[in-house]
Amino acid sequence: MLNQFFTDPISLSVAQALVAVFMAIGMMLIASWAGIHLEKEILIALVRGLVQVVAVGAILLYVFQGPTLIGFAILAGMMLLAAKTAEKRARGLPDAFRVGLYGIGVGAGSIIALMTWAGVIDTKLTVLIPIGSMIIANSMNATSLALDRFQGEVRTHVGHIETALALGAPPKTAIRPYAQAAVRASLIPRIDSLRSLGIVWIPGVMAGMLLGGSHPVHAALYQFVVMAMILAVSGLTSLITTLIIARRIFTPAEQLAIGPGE
Amino acid sequence: MTHLNDAPSPRLEARNLTRKVDGKPIVDRVSIKVFPAEVLAVVGPSGAGKSSLLRLINRLDEPTDGVVFLDGRDYRELPPRELRRKVGMIMQMPYLFPGAVAENIRFGPRQRGEDLSDDEIERLLARVNLPGFSHRDVSRLSGGEAQRVAIARALANNPEALLLDEPTSALDEEAKAAVEALLAEIIREEGLTCVWVTHDLAQAARMGDRVALMEAGRLLRVGAPEEVLNA
Ligand SMILES: Nc1ncnc2c1ncn2[C@@H]1O[C@H](COP(=O)(O)OP(=O)(O)O)[C@@H](O)[C@H]1O
Ligand SMILES: [Mg+2]
Repeated sequence: MLNQFFTDPISLSVAQALVAVFMAIGMMLIASWAGIHLEKEILIALVRGLVQVVAVGAILLYVFQGPTLIGFAILAGMMLLAAKTAEKRARGLPDAFRVGLYGIGVGAGSIIALMTWAGVIDTKLTVLIPIGSMIIANSMNATSLALDRFQGEVRTHVGHIETALALGAPPKTAIRPYAQAAVRASLIPRIDSLRSLGIVWIPGVMAGMLLGGSHPVHAALYQFVVMAMILAVSGLTSLITTLIIARRIFTPAEQLAIGPGE
Repeated sequence: MTHLNDAPSPRLEARNLTRKVDGKPIVDRVSIKVFPAEVLAVVGPSGAGKSSLLRLINRLDEPTDGVVFLDGRDYRELPPRELRRKVGMIMQMPYLFPGAVAENIRFGPRQRGEDLSDDEIERLLARVNLPGFSHRDVSRLSGGEAQRVAIARALANNPEALLLDEPTSALDEEAKAAVEALLAEIIREEGLTCVWVTHDLAQAARMGDRVALMEAGRLLRVGAPEEVLNA
């Protein structure tokens, strides 16, 4: 219906956004009639979301005209932010920002480089940036999950770890079961989502390609490729992060440097 | 220690051993000698620093000051793993690794590339009165059985000295007496040098050749059990 009135794509998008806003406000009015008063939060969220996403669109408009190198610079910046975010999950683990940055940098960096080199990811910025950022986001998520689980496992097994040390085991033997549990925990959600791919959900990349008019089988295959990359990057990142952090929690004299508390 | 004039050299010696956490000493300038085949019982109120002292002796914690000598040798000259192989530890909780009893017994020797035979495992289990327990899953053991597996696991390393941190205090009355008697027998037969921490003064009197009293990180008194405990 709208496309009968608005012929140029920008006006059409603005009109669509307005319709969506009216729909959300309608929901808000029904909710407030039912005694659920979230007017302020909903209005602020709508305005914020709209401004932010349009700003990103505007930046991308500008960036997409630049050289490929800009894409890699942006991805590097995202990796820094991702490491900063993952650090919050480490709760008292030593040097977690740097460890997370190594994990994400090497994990996501090598997968992006390899897939770009192999031609699975196009160096066109319109592909490199969204797919690259998705890989980084998943790498960050894997790091957070691994660090969170690792610190939890270590704190609840201080007695076992120190018993192993007291029996003459090297730190890497003493920590192995807990490091393995952390890597496994970070991979399980990825394996689950790969297994239920297409049945329980049609994820973002495929949905986007379908909306953009791609051949459904082509869109489906590329979605599978993306999910496999996410699985690979998650495993690689959490392995690297966990291996490094598992060394850092021991002193040179092979003492466990963190306690059950904190 | 029959002839005082040929005084033996100590197996373990702590000299000025100190550990501060956030500037506060939890073990404060402790100096003590433990002679071969001697049992030193350490008593003192909760929070006195008894566990902290033991953890310094096998270097699970790093001293802020002071040093330990093992057979006259500065313990920092030994790789920590070798030190810990020689100075075994029994804690209040057994902390068994999940799986079969036999795997727990094998753990220490395996770290040095030694694989205990089934016969050796059976001999160690018989030593702690658990014959035939080799294939039991550790999750199905009673508290006393689990602690005896922990003892066999420590003995599998052929330690020269044993640090015991309230080894019977998490057990029920019956198991407590049985495990104490078992440890007494093993210590005597193997001639193990021991530092045995306990809050049970009667146990200290039974087990200790000498008794040391700790309070607030300091070693207040060391001597014959009746001297220290009746003072
Ligand atoms: N890692 C640690 N960090 C801070 N304080 C500690 C630590 N370990 C022990 N302490 C403190 O040191 C004191 C001695 O503890 P501990 O050696 O366990 O005493 P005990 O075994 O005699 O009951 C206590 O006040 C305890 O709170
Ligand atoms: Mg204690």
